[in-house]
Parts: sequence; structure tokens; C-alpha cells
Amino acid sequence: MSLYEFIVAPFIDFGFMRRGLAGTLALALGATPVGVFLLLRRMSLMGDAMSHAILPGAALGYLVCGLSLGAMTAGGIAAGLAVVFAAGLVARTSNLKEDASLAAFYLLSLAAGVMIVSLSGRNLDLLRVLFGSVLALDDASLLLIATIASLSLFGLALLFRPLVLECFDPAFLRAVSRMSPLAHYGFLLLVVLNLVSGFHALGTLMAVGIMILPAASARLWTRGLPAMLALASGMAFLGGAAGLLLSFHADVPAGPAIILVCGIIYFISLAAAPGGLLAPRLPVHRHLSS
Amino acid sequence: MSAPPAIRFENLTLGYERHPAVHHLEAEIPAGALVAVVGPNGAGKSTLLKGIAGELRPLDGHVRLREHGRARLAYMPQRSELEGDFPVSVFDMTAMGLWREIGAFRSLDRARRQRVSDALGAVGMAGFEMRSIGSLSGGQLQRARFARLILQDEPVILLDEPFAAIDARTVDDLVRLILHWHTEGRTILTVMHDFGQVRRHFPTCLLLARELVAFGPTAEVMTEALLARAQRLSEAFDEHASECPLPETV
Repeated sequence: MSLYEFIVAPFIDFGFMRRGLAGTLALALGATPVGVFLLLRRMSLMGDAMSHAILPGAALGYLVCGLSLGAMTAGGIAAGLAVVFAAGLVARTSNLKEDASLAAFYLLSLAAGVMIVSLSGRNLDLLRVLFGSVLALDDASLLLIATIASLSLFGLALLFRPLVLECFDPAFLRAVSRMSPLAHYGFLLLVVLNLVSGFHALGTLMAVGIMILPAASARLWTRGLPAMLALASGMAFLGGAAGLLLSFHADVPAGPAIILVCGIIYFISLAAAPGGLLAPRLPVHRHLSS
Repeated sequence: MSAPPAIRFENLTLGYERHPAVHHLEAEIPAGALVAVVGPNGAGKSTLLKGIAGELRPLDGHVRLREHGRARLAYMPQRSELEGDFPVSVFDMTAMGLWREIGAFRSLDRARRQRVSDALGAVGMAGFEMRSIGSLSGGQLQRARFARLILQDEPVILLDEPFAAIDARTVDDLVRLILHWHTEGRTILTVMHDFGQVRRHFPTCLLLARELVAFGPTAEVMTEALLARAQRLSEAFDEHASECPLPETV
């Protein structure tokens, strides 16, 4: 088998592979930059929690309308936003910190979601919700994912300066402007939108993977934020393409394959990158004179 | 003094969960004053600055600002609130001092970039522009934050313990900058712990121990008797304190 047959031919010969590739490109451009900010705000695990929180909404949409893209999307966004804002409200007005209050809400949503999905009585659908269907993206799903990616890039560009300040010096942002809540909640809105988008392609359990793994890998290689954003997106797309090929040739589910390839990139980065495990222990460079 | 005060505290009570951290404060800070806010730990010094900056809503009373409300005030909280790991350069962090001009969307043109570099030069940080803030020492980071204050260019400046864990050389440089701001007529309130520095550099002192102990010329405020009184007052915290009596009995 030539390299061409191995890498290029599957995408030339099969429409579902091309759709999968387009879907992962959109996720790499939209969801991964959001993941970079999740990572830098130390919210990686909260992203995971929020991805579970959208499950009951999507499941409710499914229960009412069947496998309807619109109903599951609307339900997912509504549930995600409800949990985010309820958790934010509790964190601001009670003794609980945001992570504790978010954990409480997402655990409830996850339980409710699994129960709602199981009401329909077919486990096959549950698997689809949990692990997505990147190899079965129809036009409407692809359009939705691309739209959310565009919205998300546009939103990040608008929020960029206040969001960066909110991440590294929130007190300063509060002192000079009233944009702190806008940056915080605007960002959470982008997180929810991208989780719903990722959920169609990769499922609720895997959606966070393409946000956080490339972000963590890129953090190990870069020192500046623009470089980190670009590298993370590139790594996410590479992981997406390689994961689709792995899925094609080895006949394994595509969602986990994509996340596993992202994981391999992460481990390589962990080993080889300047910020990783080995670099500080290698006596290669002499130290600088000043 | 004929000019209206820059800041007036009217029966100001600030606190957390109904416990006052600053209690019935009445004072007027004249425009152009350089004031050291001193007092024991837990005296409400940081709380007072938060109250002036609008971070904390008063439980009672008011803070009155002469200049156009909170928009014309620079507030530098304690350093611990900064996320040092974030991948942002010294230049970018400092440039945010121009927020009032550029906001969230306007660009940093060549003239503004020059002003950022000049401000960094003025605090001895020329050449550090592209370093990430995580790679700076505590003193260097504090210099960069002062450069940001230069760019903020506000008539009222609030500094919360700017010299905690900073070496003498850096303190000297930054004190010189504060004194320069003082000659420019800005109103400056600085929370201070080092009494030696207060006596050397600050003409006016506000001694706080939840309530106002003394406010006036430093030599008259920083006396053994008053400092001891502040210490005693600040140690009397009662978890189950009864409600504060109504104003007419105070």
C-alpha cells in the first residue's frame, strides 16, 4: 500500500471521510481556541463537567422529536446554559465556589440525561449520544458545526482583549471597565456552543478532548498566546485527520480514535517539548551569559 | 482648605457578611494628598481601598469622589491576585494601562506603543518588553505594574501594599515614582506596613483599626500611644457581635 493509498485515497474515494475531515477542521478552528482559554483559566475539568451538563437537554430533544438535529442542538444549548448560569449564580451568592456548584449541577444533569435517554429503550442511541457520529455527518450537521465554528472565532475576536485580562488579571479588568461579566459569561456561552458542536461529531464524552488535549500540547511548546492558539488548532486538525484514517484502516470508532491520536500528540509533546518532562533534564545547552 | 476633597468618607462602613471591616469612617482626603494607610493586620486597610475602588459595596454610608466617579481612578490590588502563569508579555500587560483610551477594540498604534515603551523605561524595565510575565521576579513584575499605572494616568491612585516582599533598590525607585506623582498633584492612598518608609516619605497618615484612629500629619499620627491603641482595637473581634447601635447613639 503506497503512502498515497494510505493517507489521501480514503478522503478522495469516500464522501463520509471528506465530511468527517471538514467537521474536524471546523472543530479545530472553533472549539480548540476556546479550549486554549479553558486550559489557561484552569477550567479544563469544568469543560468536562459542562459537556456532561448538555446531555439531558439533547436527550430531551431526542425524546420529543427523535434524531432531530435542531431539537437536540437547541436542547443541548439550553441545558448547557442553564447549568452554567445556575452554577455561576450559586457561586456568586452562596458560600460554594464555582467548581463545587458546577459539579452539583452537572452530576444532576448527567443522571437526568442518562435516565431520559434510557426511557427511549434503545441503547444504540445512547452510544451515539455519548460517542458521536463524525463519520455520519449530514449536510445539516456539517453546516451547524461550521456555523458554530465561525461564530466562535468571531466571538473570540470580539472578546479577546477583555478575556485575556479576565484570565490573568481579573482585578485590573474590574477596575478599568465593566466588561468582566461580559467576558466571563460570553466565554462560557462559547464553551457551551462548541461543546454542542463537538457533541454532534464526537459525542458528549469526547467533545472536550479536542478542546483540551491540543491546548495542553501547545502550551508545552509555546510561550506566547497567539502561537499557542495557532499550534493548538493545527494539532487538533492533525489529530482529527489522523484519527479518521486510523478509524478507516483499523475499523474502529472515529471519535475515540481522534481523541487517542490527540493523546499521542500530547504524550510526544510531554516528552519532547521545552515545557515537557525531558527538556529540563537534558544538559544540552550551556546557560546564557545574562 | 478651600478646594473640595478628592475623596470623602461619610459614615462609611464596609465589611463582609455584616461584620464591619471598616466602621463608621468619617474623613476627607484633600486633593493632591499623599497618604499612607497604616494599621495592624485586619484593620480594614485593603477593604477601604476596595470600597473606594467600587469593588465592595458599603454596608452603610458613602464614598464620595470629586473626579468623575470611578472612571478616573487607578487601583492596584495586592500582587497575589495576578495569574503569573498566563502566556502574556510584559509589553502587552503594561499596554493595558491604556485601556481608557483603547478599550477592548482600538488598536495600539505606533505612538501608543512608544508610550508603553517609555513607561517601561521609566521604571527601569526597558528591554523586558517581550519577556513573559511568568519569567519576571517579584520586583520586576511590580515595576511593570507601576509602568501600567503611569499609562493609566489617573488623578487618584490607590496602591495596596505595593512594597510587600520587594527589595530595597526597587522600593527606592518606586517610591521616587510615587513622590513624582505627588508633585504632579495626584491624590495617592497607599497601604503600607513598613513604618520607616512611611515616616521617610509620606507626609500624611491614616491610621485605621476598623475605625479611624487618627488622620493627619505623619509625625502626629505615628506615635507609640496611637499605634498601641490601634493594636488593641483591632484585636477585639467578636464572631457573635450584636447589631451596631443606631446612629444617634454613636
